[in-house]
Amino acid sequence: MAKRATKAAAGDPKDNAEDYLRMYRQMVRIRAFEDQANQLYLSAKMPGLTHMYSGQEAVAVGICEALEVTDRITSTHRGHGHCVAKGAEFKEMFCELLGRAEGYCRGKGGSMHIADQSNGNLGANAIVGGSMGIATGSALRAKLQGAEDVTVCFFGDGATAQGLWYEVMNMAALWKLPVIYACENNGYSEYTRTAEIAAGEIRKRAEAFGIESFTVDGQDVLAVNRLARDLVGRARRGEGPFFVELETYRYHGHHVGDINRDYYRARDEEAEWKSLRDPIVNFGKWLEAEGVASAEELVAIGQAVEEDAAEAVAYALEAPYPPGEEVDMHVFAGVPHALAYIDGAKA
Amino acid sequence: MSEKTFRAALNEALHQEMAANPDVVVFGEDVTGGLGGDGEEDAWGGAFGVTKGLLAAYGRDRVLDTPISESAFVGAAGGAALTGLRPVVEIMFVDFIGVCLDQVMNQAAKFRYMFGGKARTPMVLRATFGAGARSASQHSQALYPIFTHIPGLKVVIPATPHDAKGLLIEAIRDDDPVIFLENKMLYDVTGEVPDQSYTVPFGEARVVREGGDATIIAFGRMVGRAEDAAKTLAKEGIDVTIVDPRTTSPLDTETILEFAEETGRVVVVDEANPRCGMAADIAALIAEEAFDALKAPILKVTPPHTPVPYAPELEDAYLPDAARIADAVRRVTQH
Repeated sequence: MAKRATKAAAGDPKDNAEDYLRMYRQMVRIRAFEDQANQLYLSAKMPGLTHMYSGQEAVAVGICEALEVTDRITSTHRGHGHCVAKGAEFKEMFCELLGRAEGYCRGKGGSMHIADQSNGNLGANAIVGGSMGIATGSALRAKLQGAEDVTVCFFGDGATAQGLWYEVMNMAALWKLPVIYACENNGYSEYTRTAEIAAGEIRKRAEAFGIESFTVDGQDVLAVNRLARDLVGRARRGEGPFFVELETYRYHGHHVGDINRDYYRARDEEAEWKSLRDPIVNFGKWLEAEGVASAEELVAIGQAVEEDAAEAVAYALEAPYPPGEEVDMHVFAGVPHALAYIDGAKA
Repeated sequence: MSEKTFRAALNEALHQEMAANPDVVVFGEDVTGGLGGDGEEDAWGGAFGVTKGLLAAYGRDRVLDTPISESAFVGAAGGAALTGLRPVVEIMFVDFIGVCLDQVMNQAAKFRYMFGGKARTPMVLRATFGAGARSASQHSQALYPIFTHIPGLKVVIPATPHDAKGLLIEAIRDDDPVIFLENKMLYDVTGEVPDQSYTVPFGEARVVREGGDATIIAFGRMVGRAEDAAKTLAKEGIDVTIVDPRTTSPLDTETILEFAEETGRVVVVDEANPRCGMAADIAALIAEEAFDALKAPILKVTPPHTPVPYAPELEDAYLPDAARIADAVRRVTQH
C-alpha cells in the first residue's frame, strides 16, 4: 500500500476526505487484524502467543500516516498495529502469525518479529526497549549518508525503565539525529501499573537531554497526526531528535492469554476507556459530524475490512508451512545452510 | 611487503577499507581521541592506537567518538548496518560486552534469521581480549566461546599481523555481524604484511607448521606459544603440526580433522576458560568424526576455570605456556 504524507489540516474537513477515510480504514484494519489474531489464539490455531494492539490504533496510524514509505520505524512485541499502519498486507501478516512460508519472515519470526523492509518497518522486537539502538542507528545512517528519511522508534511506557533509552537519547541529542522516540503510554508495564514503578514524569526524562518533548492524546488520531507531521518535517530539516508521549490504553491483557485482569486492573477503568475514548468510534463520530462520511459508509468500510481479514485468515490457514530443510537457512548472508557451512562446505 | 606491527596492520586495514568504501564508518569510545585538545586532532586514535589517523583522513562524519554507552553504540551499529552502512565499532575490552550483550545476541545476530533471510547486517565489532597485561578479572577475558555459541555471528581471532589485516578487511566486506577479537598482547608483535589491500577468507585454517607426531590446534596468542613448544619438542625428536583455525565461526573442521586423522594425537590450546570453550568443542568434534584414527586421548590445555587473577605470579600460572603445551604433547605421543 502506497503511503504518502496526509494533507489533513485546517480548513473544510471534506477537502481532506480521502486522507481521513484512509486513516479511519487503517485503524479499523488494525482492530480487525487483532480480533482475528485473538480468535486464532483462543481457538488454538496459532502457535505461541501474541500481544494485542487494540485500543492503541490512533497512535500507529496517526504517526505512520505522517511518514513516507522510505521512512523507517522500529516496533515492539505489541507490533501488529505499527506493521499494518506502515503499509503491510494482511495475508503476509497472518501467514507469519501462523508460521507459514509466505509470511513476511517465512515463518521464522512470528508475531514478535514481524519485519516488512519494503515499507520501512525494521522489525518488531521481543526485548522490551530492544529496538531503541536500532532506531538510533538507522537515524545515524540517514544523517551520515545525507538521506532525508526519518526513523520513528515506537516503545511502551514499560520500556522507559530500560537503561538503553537514556543512552540513545544522549547520543541522538548530541548528534542531532532524525529520530522520534514515540512512547505509547498505555499505563501498564506488563501486569504492573506503571505509576507504581516509574518515578517522576517520563517526559521530563527526555527533556533532561535537551530533547524537545510533547504529550498528546493517543486516542485522538488527528491530534497525533498533526503533531507527527510537524515533527517529521522538522526532523527531516535536521531539528531532531524529538520525544512524544502518547497517552493511550491497552484493551486486552499483556498478551492474549492474560484474560482475567482483575488482580491488576479495574473493570470499570477498562469499560470507561472502551466506551468513552475509543479512537475508532470517536473518529467515526467526528467524520459523520463533519460530513466527511455517513454512518452507512463507515459501516461499509468496517464490513469490507472484516471480509478482507477473514479472507486473509482463511488463506493463511491453508497456506503451506516452510519445508523442514529451511531450519538451518537464513543464518548467514550468502550461505544456504548454516550447518553445511560450519561443516566446511563453501557457499 | 614490509615488516609491520599487528597494530599497524589493523590500522592499515581500516584506512584502506575506509578509502575504498564510503559506507564504512568507525565509532566507539575514544576512537578519535584528542577532541577538544590542543594537539593534533587524532592525538590518541583509540585506547590502543588502532584507529589513529582515521579522523584526519576521513573526518568527523565517518569517525565518531561515542559516550561510554556500549548498548547505545553497538545497538546503533546494528541499526545502521541493517539500513545500509558498514559500521566498524570498537569495544575497548571485550569484557564490556556484559553491558551490551543484548544488542549483539538478541538483535544483530538474529536479524537475518528472524526476518526470514530478508535482512543484512554488515557490521564489525572489534574488541581487545586476553590475559597477560596484569589487568585482572574485568579486562582480560577471552570470551570468544560465548560469541561462537550464538548463531548468526562470525568470530575472528587473528594470530599474526598478516592475518590481522587480511581478516579485518574480509570482516568489513562481510555481510554478517562479525566479532573481531584482537589479543592486546599481540599489538606490538611484528611480521611481514603486504602494503596492498588483501583478504584472508573466513573458515580457512592456517597450517603453521607440519609434523607427523601430533597436532596442536591453537587460537590467537596461543599459536605463538604452541610454536615455542614445537621448537622444544623438535629437539626431542617430536615433530608437530600446528593448526590455527583463525575463525571459530565458521570453523574449518576439514583441516582440523585432516591433521587429527593424520597424526592421531591431538592437543587443543585455548586461552578461554575450559567449560564449554573452543578446546572442548574441538575435542568433541574430533572424538565424533575421527575416533577411529585416534591413538591417544585428546588433551586440552587451557587456563583453570577461574576468573583472570591480577598478581603477576598468578596470572602467569593462569595462562597456558609453552612448557604446559609441550608436556601435553609428550603425554599424547607417549600414550
